[in-house]
Amino acid sequence: MLDKNGIAKRIAKEVKDGYYVNLGIGIPTLVANYVRNDISVEFQSENGVLGMGPFPFEGQEDADIINAGKQTITTLPGASFFDSATSFAMIRGRHVDLTILGAMEVAENGDIANWKIPGKMVKGMGGAMDLVASAENIIVAMMHTNRAGKSKLLKKCTLPLTGVGCVKKIVTNLAVLEVTNEGFKLLERAPGVTVEVIKRATEGRLIVDREVPEMNI
Amino acid sequence: MIRKTVDNVQDALKGVKDGMTLMLGGFGLCGIPENAISELVRLQVSGLYCISNNAGVDDFGLGLLLQNKQIKKMISSYVGENDEFERQMLSGELEVELTPQGTLAEKCRAAQAGFPAFYTPAGYGTEVAEGKETREFNGKMYVLEKAFEADFSFVKAWKGDEAGNLIFKGTARNFNPCMCGAAKITVAEVEELVPAGSLDPNEIHVPGIFVQRIFQGEKYEKRIEQRTVRPRN
Repeated sequence: MLDKNGIAKRIAKEVKDGYYVNLGIGIPTLVANYVRNDISVEFQSENGVLGMGPFPFEGQEDADIINAGKQTITTLPGASFFDSATSFAMIRGRHVDLTILGAMEVAENGDIANWKIPGKMVKGMGGAMDLVASAENIIVAMMHTNRAGKSKLLKKCTLPLTGVGCVKKIVTNLAVLEVTNEGFKLLERAPGVTVEVIKRATEGRLIVDREVPEMNI
Repeated sequence: MIRKTVDNVQDALKGVKDGMTLMLGGFGLCGIPENAISELVRLQVSGLYCISNNAGVDDFGLGLLLQNKQIKKMISSYVGENDEFERQMLSGELEVELTPQGTLAEKCRAAQAGFPAFYTPAGYGTEVAEGKETREFNGKMYVLEKAFEADFSFVKAWKGDEAGNLIFKGTARNFNPCMCGAAKITVAEVEELVPAGSLDPNEIHVPGIFVQRIFQGEKYEKRIEQRTVRPRN
């Protein structure tokens, strides 16, 4: 089974040379730590920066340079700043190659819910609806089950949707899955995790049509 | 040169009345019009409709207007950093219209650019699209979203000149340029106001035509919401 850093490490392998990547808050943010350093990648933050670097050294924080999580950041050579409309032109116009975000629920048809739990605090969707509606290449990073042990990979989402039929790939603490017309296709198992365990943790339709290899991370 | 300067924040906010719709730039606490917000608090105008990506924190930014119960409705994409906001929303004192962030930016830009509405894929199939026209283009579904109509737009820039030309710094740019010229009156506050001719026309981010009033803010706290650093090795 993987921890959050393990999930991030596995997703980092999906990041290819020349990609512009938008990372959501939470596990996705960790992906930047594991991207190979022999490839060229630029991270976009929807509040208006391309070419995000690591956190600043203490004393070098700049209130005017933050990421979408409102954290102080730095920029790398080649970086640029822009306004919010331009930022979402990059996203909506499919100039960003890969979007990695978290989710509360994903359905077997690729629907995603990650912005609202009715009756509890509603924080808002931020840029998530724009991202999922537009990106061609979306990877969801999440735990396979919620804190109560219930599956987050469902037949149908129970929470208000963020987007419909948009998720292509999911990396969880247990598995790598692809969303197909028939359901969740199991591509890889986390180290030490059996197909049986993944089946039990997946409420939606799980397709196991071949020998499923263990992740290589 | 058409001069846009006003002497102070009081003159800059002349004409702001109860029940008006205001746009306020900023992302989190980054690039917010701090001085205009302080003046709105002092003026005690109420029943305001505020278009702003976020709602500040409890004791800073738009949180100050919330504390004073000056806001009737917030139109935002993310409001998760504010307990008073949550309390007012759950008790029904405050109306909230959550809007996808890219749609929010484009509703400002559309108002600025003279488009009454536009189609976006964001929110299709979700509760955001309920009651809105949808349409298919090239096999994909889109939602019709309308441009904002606002009375005042309050933006904050790094530098500005007497002609109202603006230059922003870092990610403090965010929604500010999209909101310039998107309301009946755009009020820009800047950290440094310089004479016309001091800024290189090649470097201007927002041309002064989109700005009606400009002033230098008295002070900027520039509070950091999440101070994140890495160790020096």
